[in-house]
Amino acid sequence: MPAAIEVDRLTKHYGDRPVVDGVSFTVEAGEVLALLGPNGAGKTTTVECAVGLRHADGGRVRVLGADPVRERGDIAERLGVMLQEGGAYQAATPREMIALYAAFYPRSLSMRDTLALVDLEARADARFRTLSGGEKQRVNLALALVGRPSVVFLDEPTAGMDPAARGRTWGVIEHLRAENVAVLFTTHYLEEAERLADKVAIMARGRLRACDTPQRLVAGEPTIVVITRGRVPVADLAAAIGAPATRSGTNRYVIQAPPDRVAAVVAWFADHDLPIDGITTRPTTLEDVFLTLTGSDR
Amino acid sequence: MSRRRIVAQLQMELRLLLRNGENLLVTIGIPVGLLVFFSFVDVLGVGPDAVDFLLPGMLTVGVMASAMVSLAIATGFERSYLVLKRLGATPLTRLELVIAKAAAVAVVLALQVAVLVTAALLLGWRIEAIGLGRAALVGGAALALGSAAFAGIGLTMAGRLRASSTLALANGLFVVLLLVSGVIFPLSSLPPPLARAATVLPSASLAQALRSAFAGHGSLVAPMAVVAAWAVVAPVVAARLFRWDDGG
Repeated sequence: MPAAIEVDRLTKHYGDRPVVDGVSFTVEAGEVLALLGPNGAGKTTTVECAVGLRHADGGRVRVLGADPVRERGDIAERLGVMLQEGGAYQAATPREMIALYAAFYPRSLSMRDTLALVDLEARADARFRTLSGGEKQRVNLALALVGRPSVVFLDEPTAGMDPAARGRTWGVIEHLRAENVAVLFTTHYLEEAERLADKVAIMARGRLRACDTPQRLVAGEPTIVVITRGRVPVADLAAAIGAPATRSGTNRYVIQAPPDRVAAVVAWFADHDLPIDGITTRPTTLEDVFLTLTGSDR
Repeated sequence: MSRRRIVAQLQMELRLLLRNGENLLVTIGIPVGLLVFFSFVDVLGVGPDAVDFLLPGMLTVGVMASAMVSLAIATGFERSYLVLKRLGATPLTRLELVIAKAAAVAVVLALQVAVLVTAALLLGWRIEAIGLGRAALVGGAALALGSAAFAGIGLTMAGRLRASSTLALANGLFVVLLLVSGVIFPLSSLPPPLARAATVLPSASLAQALRSAFAGHGSLVAPMAVVAAWAVVAPVVAARLFRWDDGG
């Protein structure tokens, strides 16, 4: 039984620019993988290669054991896709879009169940272009799910949704997992990944920096947080303490080191004439790991 | 190939075409309006048999409106709103989508022909010489080839330009071709070099072929050959240049 999604050393260039560079991961049936990364990390390109909308330049992609570009006819009826933007006819209504997509798949959900799934009954007959951003996202989510897929790709499904719609979407993803569907979704929201995903893959500049369970990703060293008005050379700090250090917010610096290193941190700040306005220790969060791996301090 | 998917897609295409008021104005309103207006008002020196001259011209205008203007604008916006890209991630194949779009154009064209021929009959148009069967056969072939030619031209724009540029260019080309194709007034009214150049246009050739088919005399083979050449070349160019999404 092949993995639902298998991405092996995937590379993709746009012109000379490598956008995805040697990315590998797998998603099994009933598993949810969150793909995290800053803008431009290559998440969308990875998803579009896996869906079969783009040819990989190198490496291997298999979805349900098939090549998603060359053998897409074999698997297209079992995939559900939500692209990052667009996709619906502007002058069509959600009901018409769902009816169209329902006709594309052999064992689709009913109209009523699909509208209820994304809570769109009240807006089912409005033109798509008159919907709010969050409502448009919900239509696109409905189009991904109406065909009862066994593998689902969602590119930033909750972008633009209000908290209620986001919570409902989380429920939909949890329901898919319970139905043994494989789900790959991208997001900018760390709490979303932490809460929903069995595995979190973190990408930066085209490369996969980590791929593990959220628990294992944060299981390393605890964290020291320093608040300072001063401007800290982060690389020097990291080298001096011998632990990863990143800037987090305007005046907070996060050092992934245990509490017994606090004295060394304080001494380093004193040596560099940097005022310490506050210092605490706490367990490492996914955000700390994310910032360290993606180098958002630049 | 799935008939169910093609039919669903065709229904959506037709629903959107008929919902769009501007589109109905261009595809039905303009050719019928011109036919009626110039049949009554002889400002252009076509003479008492104006409707005989005008019907082939207005059928040509109808083909330009539905196969070129309307198809190009709709497809251009579908591309820019990533509708086409998204459909690429469903079981609907590109061939099925093209078949559905071609069928939608054919349905609209049939509607245009029915309305225009009815209006022409009311205005005193009579099929002459070669009889209804042959006129319908030759005319139908000319309209089919003309539709392929103009769909190719429209999709070349829609597949490569920004949607707003496609909108402007398709409408602009429509107006220019309306003036230089012998559809409202004869090509002989144009300066001779322009009139000669116009005979290589698919619009002027389609109008001439239809006119000869309905009249039972006049040049038919040469204009049909021009339309057929466009019907092969333009779709091939469109297929080669077409981009399914805005990105690389």
